[in-house]
Amino acid sequence: MKHMTEQELIAYREGVVEQRAAISTHLAACHECREELERIEVVLAALDTLPVPDPGADYGRRVWQQIAPRLPQRPEAWWQVWFQPRRLGAAGAIAALVVAAFLIGRMTRRDTRPDNIASAEQVRERILIVAVGEHLGHSERMLVELSNAEPSNPAQKQVNISAERGRAEDLLQENRLYRQTALQEGDTGLASTLDELERVLLDVAHSPAEVTPKQLEAIRQKIEARGILFKVRVVGKELQQRQEAAQPAPAQNDSRKKERNKV
Amino acid sequence: MNRMPQSIESAQAIAASDALAVERTLAGERDAFRVLVERHSHNVFRLAFRMTRNQHDAEEIVQEAFLRAYQKLGQFAARANFGTWVYRIAANYAIDRMRQKQKEDARRQAPGPQDADGIEDDPVSRVPDAAPTPERLTQSIELRKQMENALAALSHAERTAFVMRHWEGCGIEEIAAVLKLNSGAAKNTVFRAVQKLRLALQPLVGTSTQARAMGTES
Repeated sequence: MKHMTEQELIAYREGVVEQRAAISTHLAACHECREELERIEVVLAALDTLPVPDPGADYGRRVWQQIAPRLPQRPEAWWQVWFQPRRLGAAGAIAALVVAAFLIGRMTRRDTRPDNIASAEQVRERILIVAVGEHLGHSERMLVELSNAEPSNPAQKQVNISAERGRAEDLLQENRLYRQTALQEGDTGLASTLDELERVLLDVAHSPAEVTPKQLEAIRQKIEARGILFKVRVVGKELQQRQEAAQPAPAQNDSRKKERNKV
Repeated sequence: MNRMPQSIESAQAIAASDALAVERTLAGERDAFRVLVERHSHNVFRLAFRMTRNQHDAEEIVQEAFLRAYQKLGQFAARANFGTWVYRIAANYAIDRMRQKQKEDARRQAPGPQDADGIEDDPVSRVPDAAPTPERLTQSIELRKQMENALAALSHAERTAFVMRHWEGCGIEEIAAVLKLNSGAAKNTVFRAVQKLRLALQPLVGTSTQARAMGTES
């Protein structure tokens, strides 16, 4: 008879197992597995004896008395979050894109002749190029600063990366929008780079505000392993060239997109 | 599994009453938030204490969780459960706080009057009153210290996953959301926590008599 693994028995005990009925049937028939489960039970039962102090029947009232003087008259409305200074940049970029997309949409609807459709697409792509180029520049600067971060005082064992973490949170929101837009535009090469950048930004945004040199090194290695700084620079440079090129021909435009999609 | 509601009806009634309190608070009636604080403080305290094993820390986490909940109330989706939501805020804040404390402890390094596990009082004062014999008393103190140490040795994610699942009866999805993991990884975290606790404590609690010595079994 094949016995249950420790993982299966713990999952069964903690109620997070999918094949519960099958394990129950096995336990009914298998003395060894029952004994193993009992050994797990004994440890957990001992842990259950650890006391939790009773804060008292009036605890809720005391908590209210302690926090009430610190509460503003009204909670923040959901949209006010976007007007916090550190989020204004992201909110501005997103608002600009929404307005641009709306205007382009109107232009496209008014005149659907092939020439004008092509022109609207070029405008849309140029807006994307400018916005994404800036976004990549900001991301690159943040990653470089993070890679060079050191304790402010050599005696300190922790490195404060809260500023980079805050910037990564903001960049993450912009990044998601640009990645989706790039996908809609069929620019899979750009979308792929943004996707990789998003994972790195996510790691940084979820890091603690202060890290040990070892943790920081792990973050650096992740950045390095993905080669994200190099990719960001290459794509950023290419976008800059495209931005500088005046009125590129649609055929040339497409061929560049296709080239990047191959990367 | 203390967080489980008494019945579906009572859980629904509480959720409806919570939703009303949230609505009134958002409408500018600040005192309506008091209902939510008074109703959920005990549950949040229990979670925070089990995560930190320190009453002072737990009380601060409770206050901070409700302050943050109030500030973010506009982002709270009306369909969600306020109790679960504030619980999640508290768990996240407790994790941040544990990390911070770990760094501060590492910085200080010198052993102070506090134990590594953050328990300030004299171990003897923590002995259950009903401990029947000096032998059992000694066993009980030692076992309890070992259990506190074993919990403290878990990573923050493992301790959070264990507390939320084993003691608080939270669903895997809820744990996954707090730990920012997928549900498979959250399940593995629960597993790793129990495995480590077992490894540390099995030799001490090999027989059920020892568990009885803790005074929980009749």
